[in-house]
Amino acid sequence: MNTVSVTFTINGEKETRQVRTDMTLLKFIRETLLLTGTKEGCGEGECGACTVIMNGKAVHSCMVLAAEIDGADIQTVESLAGSGELDKLQLKFMEHGAVQCGFCTPGMLMTAKALLNSNPNPTKAQIKEAIAGNLCRCTGYKQIIAAIQDSSRGGRK
Amino acid sequence: MKNSVGKRAQRVDGLAKVTGCAKFVADLMPGGALCAKILHSPHPHAEIVSIDTTAAEKLPGVKAVICGRDYPLHTGLYHVDQYMFAMEKVRYVGEPVAAVAALDEKTAAQAIDLIKVRYRKLKPNFDPIHGMKKSAPLIHPNLHKYFHVSAINPVPHTNIANHFKIRKGDPDSAFKKSFCIIENRFHVPQIQHVPMETHGAIALAEQTGRITVWSSCQSPFTVRYLMANCFKREIGDIRVIAPYVGGGFGCKAGINIEPITVALALKCPGRHVKLILTREEEMYTVVVRQACHIRIKSGVDRTGRILAQENEYIWDCGAYAGYGVNIVRAAGYSICGAYNIDNLKGDSIGVYTNRPVGSAFRGFGMSEIHWAIEQQMDILAHELGIDPVEFRHINALKPGSHNATGELVTVNTGNIHKCLDQVAADLGWGKKLPKYRALGIALAQKAPAMPNNATSSAVVKFNENGGVELLFSGMEIGQGVMTAMAQICAETLEIPLEKVTVVGLPDTDYSPYEWQTVASRLTFSCGNAVKKAAEDAICQMKIISAGIFKVRADDVVYKNGVFSHKNKSIELVQICMGYQFTDGHTVGGAIVGRGHFTAEGCINCDPDTGYSPKPVANWTFGAQGVDLSVCPETGRITIHKVSCTYDVGKVINPLTIEGQAYGGIVQGMGAGIMEQLIVDEQTGMVKNPSLVDYKIPTALDMPEEMTASFVETAQLDGPFGARGVGEHTMIPTPAAIANAVYHATGVRIMDLPVTPEKILSGMHGLDFDSKDSNAKPEQPVSRSKKKRGRPPLYAKKWDRVKR
Ligand code: FES
Ligand code: FES
Repeated sequence: MNTVSVTFTINGEKETRQVRTDMTLLKFIRETLLLTGTKEGCGEGECGACTVIMNGKAVHSCMVLAAEIDGADIQTVESLAGSGELDKLQLKFMEHGAVQCGFCTPGMLMTAKALLNSNPNPTKAQIKEAIAGNLCRCTGYKQIIAAIQDSSRGGRK
Repeated sequence: MKNSVGKRAQRVDGLAKVTGCAKFVADLMPGGALCAKILHSPHPHAEIVSIDTTAAEKLPGVKAVICGRDYPLHTGLYHVDQYMFAMEKVRYVGEPVAAVAALDEKTAAQAIDLIKVRYRKLKPNFDPIHGMKKSAPLIHPNLHKYFHVSAINPVPHTNIANHFKIRKGDPDSAFKKSFCIIENRFHVPQIQHVPMETHGAIALAEQTGRITVWSSCQSPFTVRYLMANCFKREIGDIRVIAPYVGGGFGCKAGINIEPITVALALKCPGRHVKLILTREEEMYTVVVRQACHIRIKSGVDRTGRILAQENEYIWDCGAYAGYGVNIVRAAGYSICGAYNIDNLKGDSIGVYTNRPVGSAFRGFGMSEIHWAIEQQMDILAHELGIDPVEFRHINALKPGSHNATGELVTVNTGNIHKCLDQVAADLGWGKKLPKYRALGIALAQKAPAMPNNATSSAVVKFNENGGVELLFSGMEIGQGVMTAMAQICAETLEIPLEKVTVVGLPDTDYSPYEWQTVASRLTFSCGNAVKKAAEDAICQMKIISAGIFKVRADDVVYKNGVFSHKNKSIELVQICMGYQFTDGHTVGGAIVGRGHFTAEGCINCDPDTGYSPKPVANWTFGAQGVDLSVCPETGRITIHKVSCTYDVGKVINPLTIEGQAYGGIVQGMGAGIMEQLIVDEQTGMVKNPSLVDYKIPTALDMPEEMTASFVETAQLDGPFGARGVGEHTMIPTPAAIANAVYHATGVRIMDLPVTPEKILSGMHGLDFDSKDSNAKPEQPVSRSKKKRGRPPLYAKKWDRVKR
């Protein structure tokens, strides 16, 4: 079994690990780092449940190999309240009813986080565009969009 | 403190979910767990000649290999027609034939490849209408030997798994008196639930004989019960623990993959066996929504009153109908939707085919039949020149009418007319719109389809601070049951909502019993149990306070956390753990309230006529309207607005009920304009088993605007007047879309989904021939000598007889 050594930052902490070359980042995050907040909905890059932020960009972690993360900065849903305080997005998701079964929620939050980091004041159309790769079967998206809009700089609060 | 019910409370499970702390079954990673994989049938219908597992067993790292001969055991809820693993023959592509447990995924997959199965192909049948004929191959030759519940009527030595009949009044003479008779055929294809979390289960069998299962399921107690039956164990030997469920929509109701993990675990005692389905497996190897071929013939008088109707639903149950037979039944007792029709002939017939297994899906048959009923109503209205809203007002159920089974509708049943008016107002019904833009409307009705003895229970246990832990076993599958139950509990106890801690993820060893999380029944049924548990606790504390006050318990008043009699009072917190007098002696003790609820007075329908004075616990009515435009060049639909109104009796939580409404609308829209599971009729394979090929709505597809509003006609036996609504929100959407498309273009689509191709070919008067359509060239068995052919995909002229 081929392995390589990778050094990366996960949720603010630097780590070095040996990883199998055929292992996806999603599997690595869930099964090696035991950060199970990130979900697998398809394993094929089609649902967005596995979204994490890698070097500032939202990526489908099932489509990235763990071996590729050498030098990368990775944030998972666990990072949002890492400081001990909930992120505004988390608060707004709860307030707006943007969560139902919660399976898409971690991925949705990370996509939204990456969006707001790069565009603090997105339009509704830009929000829809950004989360188009994150499937949610429960909510119908309306309350998710409202939550993201409300978390943005131009949001109500 | 009576301010919890009706409050826009945030979800009690929200924090766990936004932080990623909420554990779903795949997130449980017991040390040394074995990985399970299933070998699926590649044939839609074939005899199993032999299964050779020796090579797989010899592969290093393989711990167990099992197939039908190891466990010749049946499972099934209403109709016990399915083996855990195929025995003798396979009946659909994807049917489990064998399974392995191995040290890791790779080894398990290799072992699966090493299992050699020899099949002798049999002629498959993918068409339920053909399946009803004598000449059709029998898919279940032993149908007459299967156990089924009493409300189900299979027809031995046929492919008919259930036949539900409604015979009301005298349709033949009423048709003769009709001014106009219109008959139409409709089709609904199989679709997939697509929960974002696929099915998963973990099993552990210990040497003590104890079996523990962690499962992504809607019904832990039903899983336990059916598993005990299947493995011939005592119920107490089995423990089912349900973590959070990442969406169910019906596909995790009843029992699914759990027995497979248990069968494997029994072969490797002491080790956890974990099975998480891939997305592809999820798409067709577990369950899907049934397809349906529909014929409706209506006779109306000049004023628009429906005098007589024939409704025929021929359900494609797929290979097994353990759950599907009850959908057939539900469609039977709801046969004509929310309408008052005195002369009715209804047949709801479930037929086995070699397609994927049909089962519960949000709406439980209602979305399928309303696709046809609500279009038929529009067609009738159009034909008589009556406004569709007005036509529905003329014919919809009202106090004094009798529904299909003969049940009397009262003022408390729910008010569909208010819902209809509200939606019409929200959409601006009658307003002038540009060309190719129009409104469409549809009604919905649904009752909880559950056995008459389906029961719920709850426990309220007090803590030292006057707060409670609330235990119940309704599953939180996203609908918000934890929050609603907390609100009902707090309201009844008159304590702040924050004082209620929900212990809502059931463990059958510790949690009170709940039949199943299905049928939109929890707010009503589990909610009643919670309310009664809280009332029981208050009652106990009243008795204790009465002893302290030296009065009768009836003379003690409880209000806002205080028990009092005249000028004497005791706070709840002083009494909920036992009341201590100043000299130290103590009366009472830790209070535990318990409650149960079973809907009263529900009577099975008569097998010959469908008659029942009360077939179901309650009905929820609603209406939905759509404002859309169609692009005349591409046929593409843009949905500008969807408005819905449901009579829910009482809104327990506006935030979560709105979530149900929007989520249901978008899921209904998916079913309406994009979703269809496509089975290759040569090979029986599902052609679109991925999220690439089977599209569900994304944020870009959603309507531009959605509104939800609610009518509150109290349900007399509902908690605070409430009745269910979770499924209803997707029932009318497809028909409302089709009606709007007709008004916008003149094209009537009878074959779901409403695709741009169908609209365009209708607009251009072209014959539409969908390569992938599941509609069959043959038609439902019909008395009329009407031309046979596929349902018309567009039609501007109806088959019509004027008298
Ligand atoms: S799991 Fe990665 S996109 Fe679905
Ligand atoms: S909340 Fe269930 S999939 Fe989004």
